[in-house]
Amino acid sequence: MGKQTLIPVGPYHPLQEEPELFKLYCDGEIVKDIKWETGYNHRGIEKLAEKKSYDEVFFLVERICGICSTSHPFAFANAVEEIVGEEIPDRAKYIRTIIGELERLHSHLLWVGLAGHFLGYNTVFMWAWKYREPVLDLFEMITGNRNSYAMFKVGGVRRDIENHTIPSIEKVLALVKKKTDMLVGAVMDDPVIHARTKGVGVLSKQDILDYAAVGPTARASGVNIDVRRDDPYAAYPLVNWKVITAEAGDVFAKAQVRLLEMYESISIIEQCLTGLKKEKEGETEVKIKHIPVGYGTGHAEAPRGEVFHFVVSDGSNSPARHKIRAPSYTNIATFKKSCVGQTISDATISLAAVDPCYCCTERLAVALDRSSGQRIMNAKEIIRHSAELTNKLLQHE
Amino acid sequence: MGFKSFCFKKSLWLFHFGGASCNNCDIEILDCLTPRYDVERFGMLLVGSVRHADVLLVNGSINKKDKPRLLEIYEQAPKPVLVVAIGACGCTGGIFAEGDTFAGPVDKIIPVDAYIPGCPPKPEAILAGVVKLMGKN
Amino acid sequence: MVLEELKKTFSKDILATETRNERRVTLQIDPAALLPISDHLFKELGFRFIIASALHTKRGFEIYYHFSYDHSGLILNLHVLLDQTKPEIESLSNMFNASNWIEREMHELFGINFLNHPNQEQLLSEGNWAMGEYPYRKSFKSNGEA
Repeated sequence: MGKQTLIPVGPYHPLQEEPELFKLYCDGEIVKDIKWETGYNHRGIEKLAEKKSYDEVFFLVERICGICSTSHPFAFANAVEEIVGEEIPDRAKYIRTIIGELERLHSHLLWVGLAGHFLGYNTVFMWAWKYREPVLDLFEMITGNRNSYAMFKVGGVRRDIENHTIPSIEKVLALVKKKTDMLVGAVMDDPVIHARTKGVGVLSKQDILDYAAVGPTARASGVNIDVRRDDPYAAYPLVNWKVITAEAGDVFAKAQVRLLEMYESISIIEQCLTGLKKEKEGETEVKIKHIPVGYGTGHAEAPRGEVFHFVVSDGSNSPARHKIRAPSYTNIATFKKSCVGQTISDATISLAAVDPCYCCTERLAVALDRSSGQRIMNAKEIIRHSAELTNKLLQHE
Repeated sequence: MGFKSFCFKKSLWLFHFGGASCNNCDIEILDCLTPRYDVERFGMLLVGSVRHADVLLVNGSINKKDKPRLLEIYEQAPKPVLVVAIGACGCTGGIFAEGDTFAGPVDKIIPVDAYIPGCPPKPEAILAGVVKLMGKN
Repeated sequence: MVLEELKKTFSKDILATETRNERRVTLQIDPAALLPISDHLFKELGFRFIIASALHTKRGFEIYYHFSYDHSGLILNLHVLLDQTKPEIESLSNMFNASNWIEREMHELFGINFLNHPNQEQLLSEGNWAMGEYPYRKSFKSNGEA
C-alpha cells in the first residue's frame, strides 16, 4: 500500500474559519481517501426553534450561517407562508429579492477572496474583501447591520426601502459593478489560476446527480437547476435574468459560474429597485395573526445552492417541527469524489470550491499515513505548500 | 513596568478559535485584516498556532465537543495570554445558550480578559476592544 | 402527468394523497414500498432527493422524504409512518449517496434504524451526547400529550 501521511486540516486554524476536521489519507502527495469528522458546530437549532415563537425563529435561523443570513429566513418564510396560504405584497417581494441578491454578491466575493487565499494569491483575497465592503455598506444602509439583517417576517418584510434612498443605493451598486469587472478580468484571464484550477476537483454530471448536489457546484457540472427559476418565489418571476451554467465541473468552472452570477445579481437588484419606485411606499406586509395547523415546505436559492425548510404547525405560536437543510449538507459529501486522487495542494482548493459552509451544515483536513506512523503538516504548512506551487508556476511565466 | 505590560507593549499576535458559531464574527475578525481596517499596520497578525500567540480570540457558543479542545488550546498558549470573548455568543452564549449541546459561555471554561459584544461586532468594535485591552496592560 | 403515471404504477402502495396545489403534493405510502417508489422517482423520472425530515408524534415515528422535480417546480413528499416501539425502514443509501448523511443523523437524533445502511455510524453526536440517547425523541403521557 505504501506510506501515507496524515495532514491535519482542522479543527481550528486559519485555513477555515469554522471548526471541522477533514482527514485526508495520503500516499505521498496524492490523497487516497477523505473522512470528515463533525459535531463541533452542532447547536441544536431545530430543537431550539420549537421553543421560540414564529417571529423569534427568524432571528434564530438568520444565525445558522452568517454568510447565508438571508437565505434561511427566506426559505422559512416561504414555508410558513405556504401553511398560511397568503401572498405578500409586491413591494415586499422586491425588497426580499434585493436583500437575497445582495447576499449572493457579498458571498461570492467572499468566496473569491478565500479561494485566492488558499491558492496563495493573497492579493486576490485582499481585493475581493475590499470590494465586498461597499456591499456591506449597502446592507448597513438598508437594514442597519452588515450581517444578520432581521428583514424578514411572516407576511412580508420588517423595514421598507424608502424610494428617496434608491439613487444612493444605485450609486454604490455601480461602483460594485466596476470593481467586479476588474476582479473577474483578473481572475478569469490569469494563466496561473488556469493552471491551478482547470481540471482540478472535477465532479461529473453523474456525481452531482448521485449526491444530489445543488447550487453553483451543480451548475458548474452542467446540471441546470436553480430554485429561483424552477420554483419561482418573491420577485424572481417579475424580473429578467438568466441561470449561469458551465460544463467542465472543475474548480475553474465553479469559479466561472460564481463570477458570472454576480453580474446577474447586480442586474436583478437594479430591476427590483426600478420596480420599487412604481410600488406604493409602506406596503411591506400582509398582517398574519395565526398560523393554522398544517405543514409547509419552503426553499430558496442561497449563494451555495438550495436551502430547504420544512415546518409543521400544530396551530400554536411555535413550530411543532422545523427541519432545516442547508445546501452544504449535500454538497460537502461530494468531497469524496472531487478530492480523492488529487495532490494535497489541489485537495485544498477542491475543498474550497464547493464553498462549504460548515455552520450551515451542522450547525476542517488531515493527511494520514496508512501504514506507518503519522507525519503531521499543520495548517500554515498546508497553505504554504499550496502557495509554493503557485509561486513555481509564476516563475515559469 | 510589569512583566505583563512589557510583553504586551506592541505587536500582538492573535490566535483565533471559533466555537459553534454562525461564522459572522469569524468573518468580521478576518475583515480586520483586509485593506479597509488593516490590522497589520499595528503589527497584529493572525497566527496559525496558539503557541505563537499573545492573544486568544474566542467566539461562538461553545458546545460540548468544543469545550475540551478550548481547554487544550488554552493550556497550550504560552502565558501570559490575553483572552478576548467576541460576539454575543462568546460573551453569553447568545441565542444558542438554550440549546441542548451548549457548554459555555467562554468565561465558564477559561478566564476572559475582555468582552466585545455585538452580533457580530463590527471590525471597528473589535479593533477598539483589542486596543483598549492593550491600554489596560 | 408525472404524478398520474406514478399513482397508476404504485396504486396499491399509496395510502393517501394530499394535493395542496400542482407544485405541492404529499403521498402517504406503505413503508415497504419506499425503495421501489424512490427508485422509480430517481432512475425513471429524474426526481432529485432534497432531504428527509423525521418527527416523533403520538402516532409513531414519521418521516417525510422530500423529492424535487426541478423541471416543473414540484416538491413531492413521500410520507411514511413507522412503529412507535421499533422504528425501522430500508435505507435509500444503496441507491444513491444523497441520503447517506441524513439517515445517519435521523438515526442519532431519533433512534430510527435504517436497514442495510452502508455505514450507519455517528455523524454529530460524538462528544455532544451519549450513544443510545436520542435527543429529539419526545415522551408522551398516557393520554397522548407530549
